[in-house]
Amino acid sequence: MRGDPTLERMVQGNGLALCAAGPWTARFAPLLEQIVADAEKLTGSRPNIFIDVSQVSKLDTFGAWLIERLRRSLTQGGIEAKIAGLSANYSSLVDEVRRVKAAPASDTQSVTITGMLDQVGRSMVGISATIVGLIDMLGAVLAASGRVMIHPRGFRLTSTVHHLEQVCWRAVPIVVLITFLIGCIISQQGIFHFRKFGADIFVVDMLGVLVLREIGVLLVAIMVAGRSGSAYTAELGSMKMREEIDALRTMGFDPIEVLILPRMLALIIALPILAFLGAMAALYGGGLVAWLYGGVDPEAFLLRLRDAISIDHFTVGIIKAPVMAAVIGIVACVEGLAVQGSAESLGQHTTSSVVKGIFFVIVMDGVFAIFFASIGM
Amino acid sequence: MAPEMQNAIIRVRDISVQFGTTKVLDGLDLDVKRGEILGFVGPSGAGKSVLTRTIIGLVPKVSGRIEVFGIDLDAADAAARRGVERRWGILFQQGALFSSLTVRQNIQFPVREYLNVSQRLLDEITVAKLGMVGLRPEVADRFPSELSGGMIKRVALARALALDPELVFLDEPTSGLDPIGAGDFDELVRTLQRTLGLTVFMVTHDLDSLYTACDRIAVLGNGKIIAAGSMTDMQASEHPWLRAYFHGKRARAVMG
Repeated sequence: MRGDPTLERMVQGNGLALCAAGPWTARFAPLLEQIVADAEKLTGSRPNIFIDVSQVSKLDTFGAWLIERLRRSLTQGGIEAKIAGLSANYSSLVDEVRRVKAAPASDTQSVTITGMLDQVGRSMVGISATIVGLIDMLGAVLAASGRVMIHPRGFRLTSTVHHLEQVCWRAVPIVVLITFLIGCIISQQGIFHFRKFGADIFVVDMLGVLVLREIGVLLVAIMVAGRSGSAYTAELGSMKMREEIDALRTMGFDPIEVLILPRMLALIIALPILAFLGAMAALYGGGLVAWLYGGVDPEAFLLRLRDAISIDHFTVGIIKAPVMAAVIGIVACVEGLAVQGSAESLGQHTTSSVVKGIFFVIVMDGVFAIFFASIGM
Repeated sequence: MAPEMQNAIIRVRDISVQFGTTKVLDGLDLDVKRGEILGFVGPSGAGKSVLTRTIIGLVPKVSGRIEVFGIDLDAADAAARRGVERRWGILFQQGALFSSLTVRQNIQFPVREYLNVSQRLLDEITVAKLGMVGLRPEVADRFPSELSGGMIKRVALARALALDPELVFLDEPTSGLDPIGAGDFDELVRTLQRTLGLTVFMVTHDLDSLYTACDRIAVLGNGKIIAAGSMTDMQASEHPWLRAYFHGKRARAVMG
């Protein structure tokens, strides 16, 4: 085809001339590579070879390099190879390319069984490092709060209020909506199945105990871990990436005091409030469904609810909230500060902040369940 | 192609850019000739980067017409635009390297997207490009976060040059480099312009770069080009900002 680069062979005495013509540019790189690979097979056929580039209409780094590659492989094959007919425009480019040393091949990692076992081993060791990291952060936060208590001027009220708005006030609509729906679903399912035994009214017992003790706080904590834990990690992580945290430190501020304490405090205040609102919304939703779907009128519902639950159920639920908030906050902050320089790292740590946050919340819930069972609450 | 078209690689006619109610560029005209290094100066906040970003299509303009390689970018369809984008390279102020890719992958990324070449050639071209910008092949497997500021600029330039563009935009290439590094960079731009036949559009604040690297200088002020011409034209100008810029204390120090 016209307009394509070519490399013609011409016999000259006992030598051979390779006449390059046409555009030797990046656009034609795949074709050029093929041409050069073919020409490289000439090794050993002739004692000397000229590479004539006077007919080349356009040359760029790709073309220049491929000509240089050809020259090198011919020379290596014991042939005296020369480049001729170089115009002044292109000679500096060819000189530039000639300085290139052989390229180190890119290392490809193959998947092996030992490699996979290696990964498993490393992640197991990583678990203990995670726990140490969390304890470390807990200690640092407690130490910082101790310092703030001694010198209350160091407390960042504005920052705390700002974060409180972010994690509490702005979370109210979604938390209330979701817990309301969950309350509706629990109530509907309860009525549907209890009706078979004629025990419709016991749905109130189930709803009350479940929502106040477990679902309310657990669900809200999981939502907060996904909503605010991830935000904390991303904020701190991008600050870490842009050296903002180092800047704070060099100005004599403690990043724990300035960045982490207000966030932790906001979360610890927010979660009990959200858990309470969530529990109320779930009870409301459950009551509504019990009335509309199950025919339990509101007065009967409230009467039954008063009999079924005691203040203990509520206490058990709400006591867990600040502890879960602290766990979510610590995990989020540890992950945020562990972010390295790349966008990928930020993504990984934000993911792992949410995953670990939810995991620890559920583990804490289990620990609390055992604890409350053994003290008889 | 008309001869004047061939001559001007970028033709900007009467463009205006507005952010909210602030007019940043107001009926600006500019030509960049093929094969030249154009230095683009102006006070901070005058809209130098905005003009660059408008030409490359990152900032929408209110009115006007931009032609690059003789192609009207507004009238061009997606394929034509891609064709143009393949023929230019851009060095962003902060480098804008992909942080989750190594230096090697950063440089190979545009090549891999546009050309179907073997891994061997990719690796060889990467080393060649690194060599051109004065870096050793060993840095190829480092991540951007492991590089110094000067190295980031060089790698970013290597990436901008990966597809052998005809036109490169450099946004403050020497800012944040030490004077020796900046001098080397100017030298590098000159060398590359000679060897690859590049056209360079360089936004800069660096007087040294203007003296050593640029063929022509354009000055932006009040949303328009105040002056364009050679260094001697600039020094002869009576415009107060130009006088302050080219005859200030720093300028005298550079001129010796």
